[in-house]
Amino acid sequence: MKLMFKTAAATALIAATGLAHGSFSDDKVKIGVLGDMGGVYSDITGQGSIEAVQMAVEDFGGKVLGKPIEVVSADTQLKPDIGSTIARQWIENEQVDVINGAVASSVTGAVTKVMTDAKKITLIAAPASHAFTTSACSPYNAHWTYDVVSLANGTVQPMVEGGAKKWFFVTADYGFGHALESVATGVIEANGGEVVGGVRAPLGTSDFSSYILQAQSSGADVIALANTGSDMVNALKTAAEFGVTEMADVAGLLVFTPNAQALDPAIAGGMKLTTGFYWDMDDQTREWSKRYMARMDGKIPSMAHAGAYSSTMHYLKAVEAAGTDESDAVMAKMKETPVEDFFSRNGYLRKDGRMVHDMLQVRIKNADERSNENDIFAIEKVIKGEDAFMKMEDGGCAFALSQE
Amino acid sequence: MATFFDINLFGLFGQLLIGLINGSFYALLALGLAIIFGLLKIINFSQGALYMLGAFAAWIGLNYLGINYWWALILVPLAVGAFGILLERTLIRPIANEDHLYSLLLTFGIALILQGLFTHWFGSSGLSYEMPEELKGGTRLPFMYLPNYRAWIIVFSLVVCAGTWFMIEKTRLGAYLRAGTENAQLMQAFGINVPLLVTLTYGFGVGLAGLAGVLAAPIYTVSPDMGSNILIVVFAIVVIGGMGSIGGAILTGLAMGIIEGLTKYFYPEASNTVIFLVMVLVLLIKPAGLFGKEA
Repeated sequence: MKLMFKTAAATALIAATGLAHGSFSDDKVKIGVLGDMGGVYSDITGQGSIEAVQMAVEDFGGKVLGKPIEVVSADTQLKPDIGSTIARQWIENEQVDVINGAVASSVTGAVTKVMTDAKKITLIAAPASHAFTTSACSPYNAHWTYDVVSLANGTVQPMVEGGAKKWFFVTADYGFGHALESVATGVIEANGGEVVGGVRAPLGTSDFSSYILQAQSSGADVIALANTGSDMVNALKTAAEFGVTEMADVAGLLVFTPNAQALDPAIAGGMKLTTGFYWDMDDQTREWSKRYMARMDGKIPSMAHAGAYSSTMHYLKAVEAAGTDESDAVMAKMKETPVEDFFSRNGYLRKDGRMVHDMLQVRIKNADERSNENDIFAIEKVIKGEDAFMKMEDGGCAFALSQE
Repeated sequence: MATFFDINLFGLFGQLLIGLINGSFYALLALGLAIIFGLLKIINFSQGALYMLGAFAAWIGLNYLGINYWWALILVPLAVGAFGILLERTLIRPIANEDHLYSLLLTFGIALILQGLFTHWFGSSGLSYEMPEELKGGTRLPFMYLPNYRAWIIVFSLVVCAGTWFMIEKTRLGAYLRAGTENAQLMQAFGINVPLLVTLTYGFGVGLAGLAGVLAAPIYTVSPDMGSNILIVVFAIVVIGGMGSIGGAILTGLAMGIIEGLTKYFYPEASNTVIFLVMVLVLLIKPAGLFGKEA
């Protein structure tokens, strides 16, 4: 009895002091950056994501409500089990408040489960699967940069409407590729096109020639590459080598800037794609990107890097506005406040965790249009966020729909 | 279009030809491994990294030093071979008489270091190497479009493989080599410099990996993990062919490329496991490999 009284008194005391200073889990805000540091996605995320989060913390002033902000990082090696183990360790032993930068939809799926159980927020900046705001949605997910739906709407729809009716898929054989293929198929069929065939290539395939040959004999108008990173680069190079690009269009559905840079403009020039961000869009994006490049040996930021900064900044502002780092209160503030910065235009975080913002339809520049090696995209069209992303009613995210 | 029992014959021929092209790569890499294992008893896990090194050396040569593709075909294998000799003299020699496991771990470590360094310097996205002007374009065959460069790979690697096989199995130098590994002391008594022979053999074996790297550069992305992707497959091929069998490595390399091509046609999802399936079967039925000598 005595003990119980003591505990209650202590709790009350903590609660009281907590209120006085704003309620904090400990004496700092700790951001964990999970990335692929040495694998196929390390140029897209990796060190760049850590730098971007670090920049957001510095730009914010290094402190929120008088408490220091700390950044820790780890490598998932693109393995879901490693990702979830690190997340659990961070939550249980190291008082990490929020995770940013997880990459590959498979890893992020495992991490968000751990985070949701612990009622902690995941800022999803790099992965593509739309599951994080639909079938596997959570009140603690904030999916930032882009998703497969916005890619399919931005890239596939205009092509089908433009008369490319027969499609063939070369798909990365894991969650992300499957999701992208199925969403894109939906868009194709809804617009009167048809899918005439497809192959699933394992992640990290070095030789795409036999897949390209199958695509060629299918008689498709468009060969859609539902993969990314070096897989996309290899597939496109092979398509050009086998003369496919003269007979059919090749559409890269997810192209990050480092991949576009790795492609010969003679092959990739003219290809249209959808991206959440381009460094050279306007003064605001250039200002931020130049600061990023100064820290990263002149490498230009990918949309995942810009998304990592933007989501971290928005989180920190929400912590300040909420006066606490308690996840529910912070998330409520994040969803209340519009997201308007160099990265996000007309952006807001929807109830289901989808950050809806304007996407860009771009064209890869030909060699003679490029003024330097970083001059790779020409912006063709800005796609309104509402047109790019799936509507919440169609996503079937139970907790969000029940709040309607 | 010609069909036979619902099989698209044109598609099938295309896949077979592509299998042959991939098989040429496998043969070249497996040959280097088989020489090093057969003659020196070193399980060289850095072969993949040296292949990657060859591709990067070609890229650096073209973009910084003005060395074109044809010169790279000669110079890069020499440079990678020299690097291999350096490795052999400084790191591998001291543990040459230990258990195989030591050389396996050592060369695996070397591979990880090389891969890490190149990721640090060049990033993981990969670089593109421009195809030499002379080999651009292709020929339209009845059943597929054959890029000239791919045809060149088949011809060139078959010539290299056959030449190497001939040198080791049919010439005096090859006889010295084989005898030296059989009984080094006796050979030394005859006045042959066996340690030099061993060093040169290692250099030659890794030079082949460098050569394969140059061949690969124009068609695959030059990236730090290109070696680790292919190494495991090549090891499986060496095991199937019989560890140390030179002819076995070449024939198995070509055969596995073709089997892989067939699988890609009939059941693509299994294409990157079929070689290991064959390996398991061969190990069960003939543990020394198809062309290996029973111990």
